[in-house]
Amino acid sequence: MRIDPVVRRVVYACTLLVAAALPGAALGAGGDVPLMRAGNDIHNLPSLQRGARNFMNYCAGCHTAQYMRYNRIAQDLDIPEGELKANLMLKGGSVHDTIRNAMKPEDGRKWFGNAPPDLSLIARSRGPDYLYTFLMSYYADPSRPHGVDNRVLPGTAMPHVLAHLQGVQNAVYRTESSPDGSAIKEFERFEAGVPGSLTPAQYEEFVRDTVNFLEYVGEPIQAKRQKLGIWVILFLLVFTTFAYFLKREYWRDVK
Amino acid sequence: MASNPVTTSSAPAAPGIDDVRQEPGSGLWGWINARFPAAKMLKEHVTEYYAPKNFNNWYLFGSLALFVLVIQIVTGIFLTMSYKPSAAEAFGSVEYIMRDVEWGWLIRYLHSTGASAFFVVVYLHMFRALLYGSYRAPRELLWILGMLIYLVLMAEAFMGYLLPWGQMSYWGAQVIVSLFGTIPVIGADLQQWIKGDYYISDITLNRFFALHVIALPLVLVMLVAAHILALHEVGSNNPDGIEIKKKKDARGIPLDGIPFHPYYTVKDIYGLGIFLTIFCAIVFFAPTFGGLFLEAPNFDPANPMLTPAHIVPVWYFTPFYAMLRAVPSFAGTQVWGVIVMFAAIAVLFFLPWLDKSPVRSVRYRGPIYKGMLAMFVVSFVALGYLGLQPATPLFTLFSQLFTFLYFVFFLAMPWYSRIDKVKPVPERVTYHAH
Repeated sequence: MRIDPVVRRVVYACTLLVAAALPGAALGAGGDVPLMRAGNDIHNLPSLQRGARNFMNYCAGCHTAQYMRYNRIAQDLDIPEGELKANLMLKGGSVHDTIRNAMKPEDGRKWFGNAPPDLSLIARSRGPDYLYTFLMSYYADPSRPHGVDNRVLPGTAMPHVLAHLQGVQNAVYRTESSPDGSAIKEFERFEAGVPGSLTPAQYEEFVRDTVNFLEYVGEPIQAKRQKLGIWVILFLLVFTTFAYFLKREYWRDVK
Repeated sequence: MASNPVTTSSAPAAPGIDDVRQEPGSGLWGWINARFPAAKMLKEHVTEYYAPKNFNNWYLFGSLALFVLVIQIVTGIFLTMSYKPSAAEAFGSVEYIMRDVEWGWLIRYLHSTGASAFFVVVYLHMFRALLYGSYRAPRELLWILGMLIYLVLMAEAFMGYLLPWGQMSYWGAQVIVSLFGTIPVIGADLQQWIKGDYYISDITLNRFFALHVIALPLVLVMLVAAHILALHEVGSNNPDGIEIKKKKDARGIPLDGIPFHPYYTVKDIYGLGIFLTIFCAIVFFAPTFGGLFLEAPNFDPANPMLTPAHIVPVWYFTPFYAMLRAVPSFAGTQVWGVIVMFAAIAVLFFLPWLDKSPVRSVRYRGPIYKGMLAMFVVSFVALGYLGLQPATPLFTLFSQLFTFLYFVFFLAMPWYSRIDKVKPVPERVTYHAH
């Protein structure tokens, strides 16, 4: 198996030219709030179980997860059915149901101006880092109907549901002058405001667990898929090795 | 090099059609062969199809493309068993497949990864033809059949991408269908005729489903069969770009030819092992491939009232999408970008007649062709990247440059391929025994 030297040179040349032709092209996007790292781990079962508890207590009142079945959660997260019914299915129903007994969409529109989105796939469409940063980025803003706004999604209709855990932080701005001379406020950092019942570290852990659960809900098979994948790849490596020796044996004849 | 023990040790001359009919052999196999040319076809296309012995790894992508086609058809059949082609149910039925259907997630990921893999192997297969001049006479029709496959494949992929009914499905289809709306006079009516409605709706989804699962796959399979038949009629090209049929032994077998089976079947199985290892690594560990194979906005259900900020087609269309955006509107119409985009594909059909070089393979071509080929590859890859990015003024400028270079490669070919210095071509293929 030789790579044609001409082809190899062509490939090298192309790689170099592409690298040279588009310097710093990746900087093109920009503009958005830099995201924090969620640092969650879908293989961490206790974290997922805590996340399920958080979700059912704080999210499921308003949000549905219409593609996620209760008993699938119990099965995947190692939660006995009795405990599932007692502690996670807060509005009753059958264990075969999906999580869809939140508020009615029209009530959501009436009360908040927007129907709360379904959360089944929110971690897949936005990514865990986005969700983590979102839940970390509420701050006091008396001009908003709920008294808070969010750095990631300014003007969000969602109130700071976790305010009694996190407290309400304040945004600190610095003043900079724009090219035309007028002053503009640039966000600098959050600082502690009204304290909540959790320490900052505990709150981070709370959000991380919740986001972890949401990532699990986005693709319940993910952990098993990866575990199975290792065996598939191992098999294919063995198969390819045998195929290589078979090929070499046959090709011995070709002079 | 002089003698070929493979061909000299093989059976006596192949019997003709009449021999097979008269002596069909015994048992069931004989009974069949007296009535259907099974043994004859097996000989012609597999056990006694003589391929050049100097194929390198670039020659794996043809059989891999065939394998991916089989993956797509088989997984597609199973997906249709649970998928619901309706605007109200499509998105939910895909999640049903991902969550409730036994092994549904695997079938779906094999199909979604298979779509991208199909384009990867087809692009590499086409690049192989560029390297070694596989499109040159007498293989012009073989090349054109291949180009038709590529065209149908693009239509197949485009229609398939609407089916999950996510935001990118919806708005991607909206963008592509609206291209037809730029055609003067008939544009607006044509667009409505394609959609079957005033907007992309349940009706559009239903017809795309019909075309994706029946019409186009049928055409695709027939074209693939024709492509293989044409290949076996003219014989395979090789990295040296010379005709092995010019040097035959006493029994009419090419001296540099070896039977496809077992030599290339075992080699293709080895290649398949490597391909499947990479393919399954993606399926099991990165099925969205960082948002390139399954785009993140497509996990939001289609919403005709909400246009995403940044509509991007899937990666295999982005070189052409970048060309589309590179061309400014002129005389009050956007149709020029559409023309350029379709011309970029159309020009490929004429490749056999644009290339005037006395040699086929890049190995014996001069520095001009090698430089032009490198420039072409850079342009195509760069356009693919630019098509994924927002159209900022700088990126649009880059897109215009690379679109220009893309066409230079083809349109200047009759000139530069003629004046380029070439090296002497060997009489027999270059082959180093393993």
